[in-house]
Amino acid sequence: MTKPTKTGRSGAAAGGAHPLRQSRVRIGEKSIETGLVVAALISIATTIGIVVALVGPTVDFFTEVSFLDFITGTSWTPLFSQRSYGVLPLVVATVEVTVIALLIAVPLGLGSAIYLSEYAHSTVRKTLKPILELLAGVPTVVYGFIALQMINPVLRDLWPGEKKPDFQNVLVASIAMGIMIVPTIASMAEDAMSAVPHSLRQGAYALGSSKMQVSVRVVLPAALSGIVAAIVLGVSRAIGETMIVTIAAGLISDQVRFNPIESMMTMTTYIAAAGSGDVPVGTIDYDTIFAVGALLFVITFGLNALSIRLVRRFREVYE
Amino acid sequence: MTTSTAPARPSRIALNKQRARPAEVAFKLALQACLLIAFAFLASLIIFAVYKGWSRLDSRLWTEMPTSRISRVDTSGVQSAIYGTIWVIGTTAAICLPIGIAAAIYLEEYANNTRWYNRLLELNIQNLAGVPSIVYGILGLGVIARGLGFGFTVLTAAITLALLVLPVVIIATREAIRAVPNSIRQGSYALGATKWQTTWRQVLPAAIPGMATGSILALSRAIGEAAPLLLLGASTTILFNPDGLDSSYTTLPIQIFNLIKQAQSEFHELAWAAIVLLLAIVLVMNSAAIFIRNKFQKRI
Repeated sequence: MTKPTKTGRSGAAAGGAHPLRQSRVRIGEKSIETGLVVAALISIATTIGIVVALVGPTVDFFTEVSFLDFITGTSWTPLFSQRSYGVLPLVVATVEVTVIALLIAVPLGLGSAIYLSEYAHSTVRKTLKPILELLAGVPTVVYGFIALQMINPVLRDLWPGEKKPDFQNVLVASIAMGIMIVPTIASMAEDAMSAVPHSLRQGAYALGSSKMQVSVRVVLPAALSGIVAAIVLGVSRAIGETMIVTIAAGLISDQVRFNPIESMMTMTTYIAAAGSGDVPVGTIDYDTIFAVGALLFVITFGLNALSIRLVRRFREVYE
Repeated sequence: MTTSTAPARPSRIALNKQRARPAEVAFKLALQACLLIAFAFLASLIIFAVYKGWSRLDSRLWTEMPTSRISRVDTSGVQSAIYGTIWVIGTTAAICLPIGIAAAIYLEEYANNTRWYNRLLELNIQNLAGVPSIVYGILGLGVIARGLGFGFTVLTAAITLALLVLPVVIIATREAIRAVPNSIRQGSYALGATKWQTTWRQVLPAAIPGMATGSILALSRAIGEAAPLLLLGASTTILFNPDGLDSSYTTLPIQIFNLIKQAQSEFHELAWAAIVLLLAIVLVMNSAAIFIRNKFQKRI
């Protein structure tokens, strides 16, 4: 790093028109600032890079397969001899995983957040919150293998019906993913609840409310946009998560399935499975990876934008 | 907010704690149960991994190379994946930490955030933080490996992972810089220091603990990441350690994934042993990050 050697004598020209202005342009300072701007611009370059990477092959893909067939087709078999490029089986599997994961993560995450924000003493919170965040640090390959070897045998034992869950199935992947998302939702929801002014709680207590009433009827509604943002972010993470579903949810996509105890392929699983071989550039197999990737990017981008807007709203109210 | 004060009865001491209502108790228990389920899962995950991998948790893990043959599984390990992880993550750190910190300095200290382009920059970073990791894999495959011709090398993997965790580094560093009191900057300016002298000698040293926390968390995420590397050629069986940035590579999570895909339970035992190693690395890094953060918070 270059440092300007002379210390500033700003405003040395006393009595001038602008006595407190910098007397001359400092080349060292300017070049450092330029360097910092370049570093910041790399994030813009990343976004552009993602769009560029996706657009070319996706356009190639849609010259061979019509957009309508892609978006409404009910069979996804690009690697079979009978090729079919209907993305619905992948989308339905992704939605199923996401919905079940959220059914687990939202109650657990919100319950944890309310406890940490409203009930726990600050010392207790300082110990419990980091431990909860450790769950978010566990690599997702580990969640996938845990789903397969620890959760699924239990699930198969306990399953009441005649037909037992498959060796790989959507339900078991969703359970693991639900647990994975708990810290994301809990942490963001807790931030939103802590941002609710104490005067609201005190007012409610003064009117004779109990702790549960204050938590559920005052704090929860006041923090609602932050909580919704946390849930939206959770949805986005569930849709984009790859390793858990690749390992535990399976690889079957020949038709649209709805039963969560069956094996199904999600959008991310397809990208990972098709992309992990050395696929030759320019073939339609190569292009399918990007077409599915583009769909995934558009969906998660929309959800993230929504989440950011919601967070801004709750900040505007209380800060 | 310690007690719930229901309408006071005149005969008793008005603000004493009343007998808790059943619904209140049940609600609190339900909340505690939520946290307990999460903690129980974390604990059982660790115990299960150690139990399953115990028979293979020995020096073979880091002294032997991987194999895909069942006959050789007893004399196999994950050495090339351990070296691969060190190479890839070391390079990732060398790329993403300077860029992330520089970008954060720009946004906090230099940028005028009423300008539209600086707001766009912020919004873009927030959005990138939510892009699925597999999409970064597509970026790495389409642009870095194929477009720029870097191929399936350590460097491609490191650049991709660096871009993936860059938003995390930037956001954490910005928070650390923002927490430095303005009086320190004003004092420095009053003594005649320039903007960069103030930033480099006053603001950054004060922000180091916060930056360290964010950087460690970002790198620990990069270590556990497998999805983007699947698209970048890491999943082939590599029987040698990387010897440079243009070398082929595999990493620990990818090697674990390869072992999981095998049918025989001998491979799975090795996978669990490797998982214990990976968990140990990641959990130690996370704990260190939290420790630094807590210590720093006390000081302010």
